[in-house]
Amino acid sequence: MLKVNDLEVSYGAIKALKGITFEVKSGEIVTLIGANGAGKSTTLRTISGLLKAKRGQIFYKGDEITNREPNEIVAMGIVQIPEGRRTFPDLTVRENLELGAWTIKSRKVINDKLEGVYELFPRLKERRGQLAGTLSGGEQQMLAVGRALMAEANLVLLDEPSMGLAPVLVDEIFEVIERINKEGRTILLVEQNAEMALQIANYAYVLEVGNIVFEGEAKTVAQDPKIKAAYLGA
Amino acid sequence: MKITKLFTNNRKLVLFSVIFYVVVDVLHLTGVLNDYWIQITNVALINIILAVSLNLINGFAGQFSIGHMGFAAVGAYTAGTLTTIIWKLGVANSITKYLLFAVALILAGVAAAIVGYLIGLPTLRLRGDYLAIVTLAFGEIIRVIINATGYVGGPRGLLGIPKLSNFTIIFFVTLLSVIIMRNIVFSTIGRALKSIREDEVASELVGVDITRYKVLAFTIGSFFAGIAGALLCHLLQIAHPTQFGFIGSINVLVMVYIGGAGSISGSIVAAVGLTFLSEFLRLGIDNLNKIAPFPVGPEWRMVVYAVLLVAVMLYRTAGIMGGREFGILVPEEEGKNATGSQA
Repeated sequence: MLKVNDLEVSYGAIKALKGITFEVKSGEIVTLIGANGAGKSTTLRTISGLLKAKRGQIFYKGDEITNREPNEIVAMGIVQIPEGRRTFPDLTVRENLELGAWTIKSRKVINDKLEGVYELFPRLKERRGQLAGTLSGGEQQMLAVGRALMAEANLVLLDEPSMGLAPVLVDEIFEVIERINKEGRTILLVEQNAEMALQIANYAYVLEVGNIVFEGEAKTVAQDPKIKAAYLGA
Repeated sequence: MKITKLFTNNRKLVLFSVIFYVVVDVLHLTGVLNDYWIQITNVALINIILAVSLNLINGFAGQFSIGHMGFAAVGAYTAGTLTTIIWKLGVANSITKYLLFAVALILAGVAAAIVGYLIGLPTLRLRGDYLAIVTLAFGEIIRVIINATGYVGGPRGLLGIPKLSNFTIIFFVTLLSVIIMRNIVFSTIGRALKSIREDEVASELVGVDITRYKVLAFTIGSFFAGIAGALLCHLLQIAHPTQFGFIGSINVLVMVYIGGAGSISGSIVAAVGLTFLSEFLRLGIDNLNKIAPFPVGPEWRMVVYAVLLVAVMLYRTAGIMGGREFGILVPEEEGKNATGSQA
């Protein structure tokens, strides 16, 4: 579904990605794990079109999408849930969700999707008239996920969904990720919480300072002694 | 919501406005309101267009622009030059002169919108303070170009503009402008603009073409500033570079923030309030001078004015309206499923 080939991205003179190649197969949960500064977020931001690639290509369903504008990429069916949630604080929950459906023109489709999100997160329905900035951290993460689900997207990019959340909420978010995957969406998950990510993922790539240093079935990666020592604290 | 719904969605607003219009007209005809206060009312109405149009850019789209009077100047000089030339030909009679003015107003808006678009396209890549400085500079460049153009009077100003503005025209143009801008704010365009103001990255990630919408807000804001400029110069019968300078732009900016960024109601309240406050202070100082044992200079007017602005900002940091709208300004179809964000 998504193929990234020899992708290089730099911030000025600093190379954040030094030519990475990976693939996300349709229907899977694929995770990119790695330490701070490994280039995980950079990868997602480049796929979404927020950053420009210096070299290499990105293909989605066979079409090259390298360096397209973010709005075109969303319209093609790739949506990102950004790090730090980034809801629209002075807009209501409902307005936030409806903005998620920006690329959809049919009012009926939007309303159906809205109902779907409310079903998944009843809390958001209760708070639909409330300003997003007044929600708790966990609720805002739900809203960020809900907003992404409003888009007509087959591929969901998640950037550190567990960041800053209480453990019980982390479990809840990972359950939601598994659920939206089962409903047919493909997931590319970036996480520092490698243990949780490897539990739900099918396949994993390990990033270290801009290079992919290890890859394999998530179960195999979780058993690898080097990975265990470096990322799983065992 | 459809931007073209000018009446069906606004029955209360239109009714209220027409009543206001009739009351002011009757008070004028019966001599309760003299020409002086009608003139101040006219200026206040034009200030409403200026403040609401700048609010669209600053308050709703979150793009800090401070050169707004530059676009008003483009409109004023475009319309003023056109009407003055045709006026001199002597072809306009009592009916065609209003047709001429209508055409001039639209051209003023279009000319200002084109300049706004051309300036907006490269500058809206900048953010915050940088954008502010660049828009300030462009506003000044427009003024300086006019100052240096002998054909439109240069520093002397464009003189002999026919008096085509009157209370009726200004009132209805203002009403129409406010309704159109209000419709934009409550449409999907408005929602895109607010999302850009709230978080540009998140806005891009839901698929909003942020450059397009920023430039759109800037262009629409400039269009209405151009119309306001044209109304003003046909009221005062002169267009002068100093009217459209930096101080003028700051005045409009003050109206936006005193009223409340992101509130059309706030811009209306502040535009009317500050225009009249300025006049009341002038009268107040004059009267004080008659009874005070020592001379009170007219410069005290600006001191009091400034103190009042500081007081408002201290006690209402989000402006008088703080992002809320009067019920009458909320579209009727929107009002039914309103969700707390309206007053």
